[in-house]
Amino acid sequence: MKFSAPRKAAVLTMSLALALSATACNRGEEGAEGSTSATLALSTLNNPFFVELRDGAEAAAEEAGIELEVVDAQNDSATQTNQLATAATSGTDGVIINPVDSDAAAAAVAPLIDADVPVVAVDRAVNGAEVESLVSSDNVAGGRQAADALAEAMGEEGKVIVLQGVAGTSASRDRGAGFEEGIAAYPNIEVVAKQTANFDRAEALNVATNLLQANPDVTGIFAENDEMALGAIQALGDRAGSEVKVVGFDGTEDGLAAIEAGTMTATIAQQPAELGKRSVEVLEQLLAGETVEATIPVPVTTVNSENVGEFTE
Amino acid sequence: MNKVATAAAPKKARGGSRIGRFLADNGALVGLFVLGLALFIATPDFLTGPNLLNIGIQASVIAVLAFGLTFVIVAAGIDLSVGSVAALSAMGSAWIFSEGSMPGWIALIGGLAIGALSGAVSGFAVAYGRLPSFIATLAMLSIARGLTLVISEGRPIGTAPEVSFLGGDLGVIPMPIIVLVVAGLVAAFILNFTVMGRYMYAVGGNKEAARLSGVPVRKVLVTVFTLSGLFAGLAGLLLSGRLDSAQPQAAVGYELDAIAAVVIGGASLAGGIGRISGTLVGALVLVVIRNGLNLLNVSSFWQQVVIGLVIAVAVGIDSLRRKNQPH
Repeated sequence: MKFSAPRKAAVLTMSLALALSATACNRGEEGAEGSTSATLALSTLNNPFFVELRDGAEAAAEEAGIELEVVDAQNDSATQTNQLATAATSGTDGVIINPVDSDAAAAAVAPLIDADVPVVAVDRAVNGAEVESLVSSDNVAGGRQAADALAEAMGEEGKVIVLQGVAGTSASRDRGAGFEEGIAAYPNIEVVAKQTANFDRAEALNVATNLLQANPDVTGIFAENDEMALGAIQALGDRAGSEVKVVGFDGTEDGLAAIEAGTMTATIAQQPAELGKRSVEVLEQLLAGETVEATIPVPVTTVNSENVGEFTE
Repeated sequence: MNKVATAAAPKKARGGSRIGRFLADNGALVGLFVLGLALFIATPDFLTGPNLLNIGIQASVIAVLAFGLTFVIVAAGIDLSVGSVAALSAMGSAWIFSEGSMPGWIALIGGLAIGALSGAVSGFAVAYGRLPSFIATLAMLSIARGLTLVISEGRPIGTAPEVSFLGGDLGVIPMPIIVLVVAGLVAAFILNFTVMGRYMYAVGGNKEAARLSGVPVRKVLVTVFTLSGLFAGLAGLLLSGRLDSAQPQAAVGYELDAIAAVVIGGASLAGGIGRISGTLVGALVLVVIRNGLNLLNVSSFWQQVVIGLVIAVAVGIDSLRRKNQPH
């Protein structure tokens, strides 16, 4: 293919624009001056949860005097692999990875482990590679707690629909399994439908509307994250909170606001900032030569109208 | 210009009855009826007033996106940025209202302007920068999504009441359906009854021939991408209006749904062929499938398989039909 000079320039400019747009949102704020540097490789910043996780990690890093570089894989495993390869060659002292995909991450962290760079996984595990530690919320326990909260609000009887997350993700699997286990303890509650809305609010609005068509007598909805719970609430309109109880998962800002407004019954709050903070602390310990536990659970809490004030501040 | 003539004028007497000809020309519509009939048999919840309204509401965002995309595809281009531009327009509009403290109607117009402007940038890159539309709009896909994240800092922002109104009801009729109908009529008018619309078919049919016959090709290209951006902006406002909030991750991947809708509707990715009515039917096919799969409580693992198969079958039948049809 032959390109004329101006055309070449245009192509170059465009690819530069592409590259810039990709990096512009990747750059985290500069960490405090310090002799040690670390990399936080996030799956995405396109989600308030991971933004809070990043904020928690940055605060902890500043306190510990670690220069933390934040990279965002935009939910693409290949991008994450490249970012970690770059980190490995740029002489980072430690890496905190929040895998896009637990399985794909193994290959991505391998060069780091070979180079004796300590790797801590946060929120999602790395399958098939020996990372030093996994800092994560207990999703299965959270699913059980969600089942209890929903059952209690429904008076331990009635029909329930479940809005599932992205099919095949561990968060969806674990929360779903925990919920199923928990709800089985209530013989008068029946799960009438389970459908995915891919953790997305707009999709949940459509899917919940459709499911309510098929099951008009539903009195409870469990959504595997708050975004979907908020979509379901939108679908329910005035019935949300009164006739139909909705329980979400994550404890995002909007989710907590919905609990305060009475449209959402409960959510299982993960503590993203705490996840970020703990993972930096664990990395700090590793860099100091200490040994750490292989899994570090960060507790999840059931948030309802009684204790929502403690979380919103 | 051969294709232009074919698309422009209804076909003169060909073999077969009037009904047969109608069916042959509206393969997607037939598919939609077959799909509807199957669901009607499978579940009593499908053919109910409220569910049909749901389908209309749920089709609105994809249909409006796809209307805009139809201009581009008719002119033998592609616009991959429509989902990102929709998100940017919605976020920009919400930002103007919430952070910029401007009146809601400015936020509404601002959102549309952001969409049109993004489209115009792609259009200039294609028409004057001579970038393939695939590349120019791929760049815009990334730029618009990135800007959405920059503006929002990754968090949802509340929309102006004027934007939320788009997602609400006007009396008993849902606003998204009204927006869908109005946008469809405007798009069909532009494509069929304006000189610019006829130019789009001409450019898509044969760019060189169009240029030689005096069609201002560059102006046409800028126009189709600007229109695509404007419609994407409207779709974004519609989406955020339904949720009362602009989401940073809104409309990710919607460009693929929009392309599917246009293609199922009978448009050719080679350009010169496509109708707004077909695109509407294409969008409805996609939404009816999703609605039906939900009503039937089909496992989410299988849903993606089914949707892919329906797209392949719909487009496959359509292109077979075209092959057997004299041009």
